[in-house]
Amino acid sequence: MAFVLWAVATVTFFAIRLIPGDPAEAILGGPGSQASAAALAQARADYGLDQPLFVQYLHYLGRMLRGDLGTSYALKQPVLAVVGENLGGTLLLAVVSLIVAAAIALALAAWSAQGGRVASGVSWLLEVIAAAVPHFWLAISLILLFSTTLGWLPPVSVPGPIGLVLPILTLALPLSGFLAQVMRESILDAIASPFVLAARTRGEGSGGVFWRHALRHAAIPAIGLAGWAFGSLISGAVVVETIFARPGLGRSLLTAVQQRDVPLVLGVVLVVALGYMLVTTLTDLADRLVDPRLRAS
Amino acid sequence: MKRLLAWIGVTALIFLLIAALAPGLLAPADPLAINPTQSFRAPSFDHLFGTDESGRDIYTRVIHGTGASLLIGVSATAIGIGLALVFGLLAGLGPRWLDFGTTRFLEVLFAFPGLLLALLFIVVYGPGVITSTIAVGLATAPGYARIIRSRVLVVRRAPYLEAAAVLGRGWWFRLWRHLLPNVAGSLFVLVTLGIGQSIVWASSLSYLGLGAVPPAAEWGAMLSAGRTYLASFWWMTFFPGLFIMISAVASTLVGRGLQERNRDS
Repeated sequence: MAFVLWAVATVTFFAIRLIPGDPAEAILGGPGSQASAAALAQARADYGLDQPLFVQYLHYLGRMLRGDLGTSYALKQPVLAVVGENLGGTLLLAVVSLIVAAAIALALAAWSAQGGRVASGVSWLLEVIAAAVPHFWLAISLILLFSTTLGWLPPVSVPGPIGLVLPILTLALPLSGFLAQVMRESILDAIASPFVLAARTRGEGSGGVFWRHALRHAAIPAIGLAGWAFGSLISGAVVVETIFARPGLGRSLLTAVQQRDVPLVLGVVLVVALGYMLVTTLTDLADRLVDPRLRAS
Repeated sequence: MKRLLAWIGVTALIFLLIAALAPGLLAPADPLAINPTQSFRAPSFDHLFGTDESGRDIYTRVIHGTGASLLIGVSATAIGIGLALVFGLLAGLGPRWLDFGTTRFLEVLFAFPGLLLALLFIVVYGPGVITSTIAVGLATAPGYARIIRSRVLVVRRAPYLEAAAVLGRGWWFRLWRHLLPNVAGSLFVLVTLGIGQSIVWASSLSYLGLGAVPPAAEWGAMLSAGRTYLASFWWMTFFPGLFIMISAVASTLVGRGLQERNRDS
């Protein structure tokens, strides 16, 4: 994990060096700003850009180890402070969406495993949404339906739980389609397997078989998708936070990309990469909890 | 049922191909012709999908935008698969240290999930159609590479390759005549599924103002232009979005159909 983090930091550091143009100029407001030579030299000295590349790289790694991600060009604030300010909103959005998506997927998987045709239809529809509907398009459709036509919910994310409903639906619906698809297949496999027959002959009811036996098998591949789901939620958050005008990490990332605010982009990317690695590490642990076969080996 | 869905996908794909190659057949009008007296008209018989802020016919623009949008999807997928093929073959065929190195490198790329790799690329090379297409290709490559690598690892141990080696066939012959064709079978499915995904991603980037820019008749650019008028003139964003969805659904249905057929045979 430390290796991947180091590699991510190195890749991003050198990727940034590929940017055409003078970074000192970018700090002073881009090529249009016509900064004086003295101001450029001052900016170079301030940001350590006058030193050899290798020295800059070592400084960069050293600062990273101390948790210093540099200063945003556009906001003139420490990147870590900007990230910290916005992290909470995005985490709340992502975690609640994940829970909602898992709940929908679980209900659908349970329902269609019991042979409900309606449930299969609904989960098929969600699968198509998951595979083919862009987040922004789903968000627009939900706004048109629930705000413009019905007037039930606000079209922008106002503070409080009511403003979270549409952003969460936008993120959770496609995710639940993927999860339901994976879970349904493994539940059907589990129900057809000999240990379920054995449980049945011991007198276990269909509810007990589902909750005690089949569900574990459904959880394993779904947990395996966690890292991917994290990425999908973060990508979705960029779009969703922009459309619903909700402050968060995704929207700051987009603004930073538009303004070519390199330190802020790097900071957000590194934090997301760290989050991704935490999720995959936790996934391995969760796998062992759910699947006793992994503990034995 | 599964067959029917696959055929619906094929039909939609043929329709989109006609729209891409001969847009004049389906929409004879000029997609860039402005008519300020007819701006913001709701969908009607004269303007099936309504008109935009300059009175341009949205149906005509959507049909004429098919070519550009599909081209972006296809190029991004080609870039992604091309890169993935290089990595997948290096890892699957090379010596063990090369496999180790490539796999670690892919792991690092996986730590930039989803749009992040694309956004990183755009911040380096600036927004635009070409950079956003390359960005989408780059962002999808690690996923493809992993699939191709595992496929190569299966195929290289296949008995027919051993037989070819025993018969004294050269390395290149085995690669071109045996290994690549067998890897290509699963590639075809990846490509059809991938084109829909690439169109969705590229249009998301255009929607965010990082890809194609108005007034080009490209779906993502049309969406981006319509975003401002979302509350009052929904048709400006609805119909381009509908076509993005149709192409993504079509590519998914055809891809799934091919997957099923591969599994059966």
